[in-house]
Amino acid sequence: MSPPLPASDEIEAIIAPYRNAEGPLLPMLHAVQDAFGHIPETAHRVIAEALNISRAELHGVISFYHDFRSQPAGRHVLKICRAEACQAVGGAALADATLKRLGLEWHGTTRNGAVTVEPVYCLGLCACAPAAMLDDRVLGRVDDARMTTLLAEAGA
Amino acid sequence: MKVYVPMDSAAKALGAEAVVAALHAAARDAGIALELVRTGTRGMIWLEPLVEVEIDGLRHGYGPAAPEDAGAILDGTSQKALGPVEELDWMARQTRLTFARVGVIDPLSLEDYVAHGGLAGLRRALGMTGAAIVEEVTASGLRGRGGAGFPTGIKWKTVHEAQAPQKYIVCNADEGDSGTFADRMLMEGDPFTLIEGMVIAGLGVGATRGYVYLRSEYPDAIRVMRRAVEIARKERVLGADVLGSGRAFDMEIRVGAGAYVCGEETSLLNSLEGKRGVVRAKPPLPALEGFLGRPTVVNNVISLATVPVIFEKGAQHYADFGLGRSRGTVTLQIAGNVARGGLFETAFGITLGEVVEGLAGGTASGRPVKAVQVGGPLGAYLPASKFDAPLGYEELDAKGGLLGHAGMVVFDDTADMMSMARFAMEFCAIESCGKCTPCRIGAVRGVETIDRIRQGDGEAVPLLRDLCETMKDGSLCALGGLTPLPVESVLDHFADEALPRREAA
Ligand SMILES: Cc1cc2nc3c(=O)[nH]c(=O)nc-3n(C[C@H](O)[C@H](O)[C@H](O)COP(=O)(O)O)c2cc1C
Ligand code: SF4
Ligand code: FES
Repeated sequence: MSPPLPASDEIEAIIAPYRNAEGPLLPMLHAVQDAFGHIPETAHRVIAEALNISRAELHGVISFYHDFRSQPAGRHVLKICRAEACQAVGGAALADATLKRLGLEWHGTTRNGAVTVEPVYCLGLCACAPAAMLDDRVLGRVDDARMTTLLAEAGA
Repeated sequence: MKVYVPMDSAAKALGAEAVVAALHAAARDAGIALELVRTGTRGMIWLEPLVEVEIDGLRHGYGPAAPEDAGAILDGTSQKALGPVEELDWMARQTRLTFARVGVIDPLSLEDYVAHGGLAGLRRALGMTGAAIVEEVTASGLRGRGGAGFPTGIKWKTVHEAQAPQKYIVCNADEGDSGTFADRMLMEGDPFTLIEGMVIAGLGVGATRGYVYLRSEYPDAIRVMRRAVEIARKERVLGADVLGSGRAFDMEIRVGAGAYVCGEETSLLNSLEGKRGVVRAKPPLPALEGFLGRPTVVNNVISLATVPVIFEKGAQHYADFGLGRSRGTVTLQIAGNVARGGLFETAFGITLGEVVEGLAGGTASGRPVKAVQVGGPLGAYLPASKFDAPLGYEELDAKGGLLGHAGMVVFDDTADMMSMARFAMEFCAIESCGKCTPCRIGAVRGVETIDRIRQGDGEAVPLLRDLCETMKDGSLCALGGLTPLPVESVLDHFADEALPRREAA
């Protein structure tokens, strides 16, 4: 069951505060994604018109950035750091074990829609690695036991 | 009873919130009136969550604290007592100039900030001409802390002399390098310092608007910086009339979108303008044609956050620290497999060995150190034989290393160095902006070639070397141009790992 598509006026209201900003596009895209969990198709036309850019150009920008989604993620997003400092203390093994346990590849979502697992390249928690982030919550020195608790909390 | 607990993300990641809740509960049970102040972190991450209790005006540390320690911490019987925090070896040995207030004050209290020397630099700068401000920064010897080490004063001078109806100060807070967290720690622990530095930069070059481009991976830093900007505006540190001087400067926090390459300054400017974050060819320099084509100072968080102390204490005071052409202090970030990880601010010139063996106390695993990657994902893996290298831009360069943003990631002897080389190529392939073929395609070939080597194909080693040369020669920016550095350092220093199968045969 997917939520109804947002109406154009809803999107217009969300992007309105940024219309006069210098370089308004990224703030608009973030605002839309914060509201809907992704950048819905309807938003493309509204934003392109507001900024007087082509939809192709807009698509080019959206697709350049890892953060922007065209589809909603799971109810929770688990980001696991893949970068060097985390690798130095077993981060890669932790990530592999987590993905394997959930039967997912990177960017995949559990079948019950609870958790999407994303790679991230450094969370600035390199002195308490391996690091992860569940939604906006930062986690350091994550081991298998901690990961089990987290996944259970998230309903994976 | 006054108690301090960090709200820095590293402290939170290690359970600070649960400790705060336990302290409140324990105080209630014991009938103690608790005044709990949230601070940044002191940077001793292995001690986080580090609770500090004020006793006779001195802050005593307890850490790493768990919720069950709360009662004993409050009644002074805890086994986790460390003594006065400022007297701990890690703190006493530092020269905290840029990070003087981090971990000490409530990051969002402007009153606290001012009580600890905040705004003194700005007040002095308000009495100076733009040219004199630029001259002061030049005299301090400050070089960009974002990686390239470019003299900040020279950059400012270019922008100062440019004629334009609008100029900008852009702070690079993209901090994408693994092993680095100084920018995050500063923004979460002392945001007004960055704001003050940006205002001084604006006065110096004649810019009235600023942006902080802050990576989306740092939600806590984003919240603190946004709140700090609101407070600064309300208290007239920002706005049309900075501290009643009649001079204007205002700024905004902008959030990145998960692209490493957007830390490169021209890619960052494109991103800030709402475009794809592709790298721009230079010239034109951003100093002349930067954000929206206007003269723009792009500086790293630590570069800008160091400006207030230079104005508070004088350029000479700052320049008196350091080694050779690296003046002032370096904010070392010690990470990975270390017994003691965290941030350590000290004069340039300390050796890599002193950092790894002395400060960090070797590995967390207790095994021998095999390699240290200095300067992020584009930095070399250095073996123990290079530990005598003094940490300065030129000095480390002479040893085949790169100081970069001064992150050091330590690996023990179980590390698979060829897999680290592979990761360097893989990361470049994932994060390439796509503009140059040697970077975009070369990095993918690099991964394949390393896979061949790991399967025992010795002929692939010269191919990998050639590929590295091609990437170095044909890349517009340091992502493609320096990814070969970690890869070649593995081939050079850990050659026996390049062909495991064949050796076994
Ligand atoms: C791929 C790449 C990524 C970079 N990432 C950052 C970064 O995250 N933060 C930063 O301050 N500089 C980064 N830089 C360096 C910037 O291009 C630029 O030199 C710096 O922002 C200038 O500020 P500074 O002189 O104060 O160091 C990066 C450079 C490259 C090539
Ligand atoms: S080297 Fe790579 S990241 Fe840099 S400009 Fe070229 S393609 Fe883009
Ligand atoms: S490398 Fe994983 S948090 Fe920095």
